[in-house]
Amino acid sequence: MSWKLFALLVQSCGLTIAISAVSIVFGLLIGILISGAMLSRNALVSWCGRTFVSFFRGSPLLVQLLLIYNLLPVLGLNVPSLVAAIVGLSLCDAAYQAENMRGGLTSIPKGLLEAADMLGLSPRQQFWRIKVPIALRLTLPALTSEAIMIVKASSLVSVVGVVELTRMAQDLAASTFRPLELFAAAGLLYFVTNWVLSQLGRRFERSFSWGIR
Amino acid sequence: MIIDFTHIIEQLPELVRSMGVTLAIWLVGTVGALVLGFFMALGLRFGSRMVRWLLYFYVELIRGTPFLVQLFLLYYGGPFIGIALDPIPAGLLGVTVYGAAYFSEIFRAGFDAIPRGHVEAAQCLGLTRMQIIFRIEVPEMTMLVLPPAVNMTVILLKETAVLSIITVPELTFLMQAIGSQQYAFVEAMAVLACFYWAMVSITGRIGKAFEQKLSKFTFAHT
Repeated sequence: MSWKLFALLVQSCGLTIAISAVSIVFGLLIGILISGAMLSRNALVSWCGRTFVSFFRGSPLLVQLLLIYNLLPVLGLNVPSLVAAIVGLSLCDAAYQAENMRGGLTSIPKGLLEAADMLGLSPRQQFWRIKVPIALRLTLPALTSEAIMIVKASSLVSVVGVVELTRMAQDLAASTFRPLELFAAAGLLYFVTNWVLSQLGRRFERSFSWGIR
Repeated sequence: MIIDFTHIIEQLPELVRSMGVTLAIWLVGTVGALVLGFFMALGLRFGSRMVRWLLYFYVELIRGTPFLVQLFLLYYGGPFIGIALDPIPAGLLGVTVYGAAYFSEIFRAGFDAIPRGHVEAAQCLGLTRMQIIFRIEVPEMTMLVLPPAVNMTVILLKETAVLSIITVPELTFLMQAIGSQQYAFVEAMAVLACFYWAMVSITGRIGKAFEQKLSKFTFAHT
C-alpha cells in the first residue's frame, strides 16, 4: 500500500474523530437533559425520558441511522448526510450518557442537596450547579469508554454516505482491489485513535480527581 | 407522511426466514463466543506469559476496532489469505470472534473479583489446582459475571444488524430491500427498530429473572 493511500486514510480518520467529538458533546448535553427528565417527579416526563433511553439502547445503531437518515427528508428537513449521521450518533450517545448520568445523579450525597436547600438554591440551580458537576465527575471513567464506543460506532455512518475512515477504506479497496491492506490499515488507525483516547481519559481523570473520597 | 404497513405484511414468509437467520446467528454466535471467551479467560489467568500476552493482544485489538471494519477485513480481505467464506459463515465467525474478546474480558474481571480468601481456604482444605479452578473459581466467577454477560449478549443481538452490510440475508438486510422496493423505507426501518427493541427488552427481562433465580448462590462479599 502506497503512502498516498495511507495519507488519504489518515485524512478521513480526521473526519471520523471530528464526527465523534461533535456527537459526544451533543450526546452529553442531550444526555444530561434526558437524565434530568428520567428523574423528574412528573410521571409523563420521566416516562418519556425512560422510553427514549430504552429505545436508543435497545435497537441497533445501524437501524437508527438508516431511520433518521430517511426520516428527516420525509419530515421536510433536507439536510446533508453528515448532519443526519451526527444527529443519529448524538441521540444514541445521549441515551447511554443519560443512563450514566442517572447513576451519577442518584449517588450524590444527600447532605449536599440539603445544604443547597438551606442556602435557598432553586431546583434548577441545584441541578446545574450541584448535581450535574458532581455527577459528571463521578461518571468521568464511563465518559472515556463512551467516547471510545462512539469512535467505533461512527464507522456505521459510512452506510449513509459519509466518507469517513471506514467508507474511505471501502472506496479505496474497491478501486485498488486491495481490501486486506486497506481494512487492516483502517483498523490500525481506529486502534491508535482509541488508544490515545484511553490514555487521555486516564490523564483527565487524574487531574479531575478532586472531590472523590 | 403516509405510513403504509401493508407492504411489509405481504412479505411474511421471507420475514420469518430472515428473522430465523438473525436469531440463529445471534444464538450460535453467542454460544461460540461464550465458549471461546471462557477458554481465553482461563488462558489469560492461568496461561504462560506468552499465552497471556497473545490473548491480551487479541482482546485489545478486537475491542479497539469497529465491528464493521473487522467484518470487512474478514469478508473482503479473507479471500486474499485463503479464507473465502460465504456471507452467513463469515457473519457467524465474525460475531464469535468479536464476542469472545468481550466475554473473555468479562470472565477475567469475574475471576479477579473472587475473594482471595476463598481460594486460600480451598488450598488449606487440600483441594488440587484443578479442583480449585473448576469447583471454586469457575462457579463463583459465573455468578459474578451474569449481569455483564447478559448485557453483552444483548449487544451482540444489536451487532447482528451490521452483518447486513456484508450481505448476510438477515432481518435488517431484508427490511432494507423491502423498504427500497416498496418505497416505504422509513416504515420498514421503524418496524425493524421496534423488533430489535422488543427482542432486547425480552432478553433483558429473561436475564434479570435468571439472575434472581441464581442469586441464592451468591456469596456475601466483604
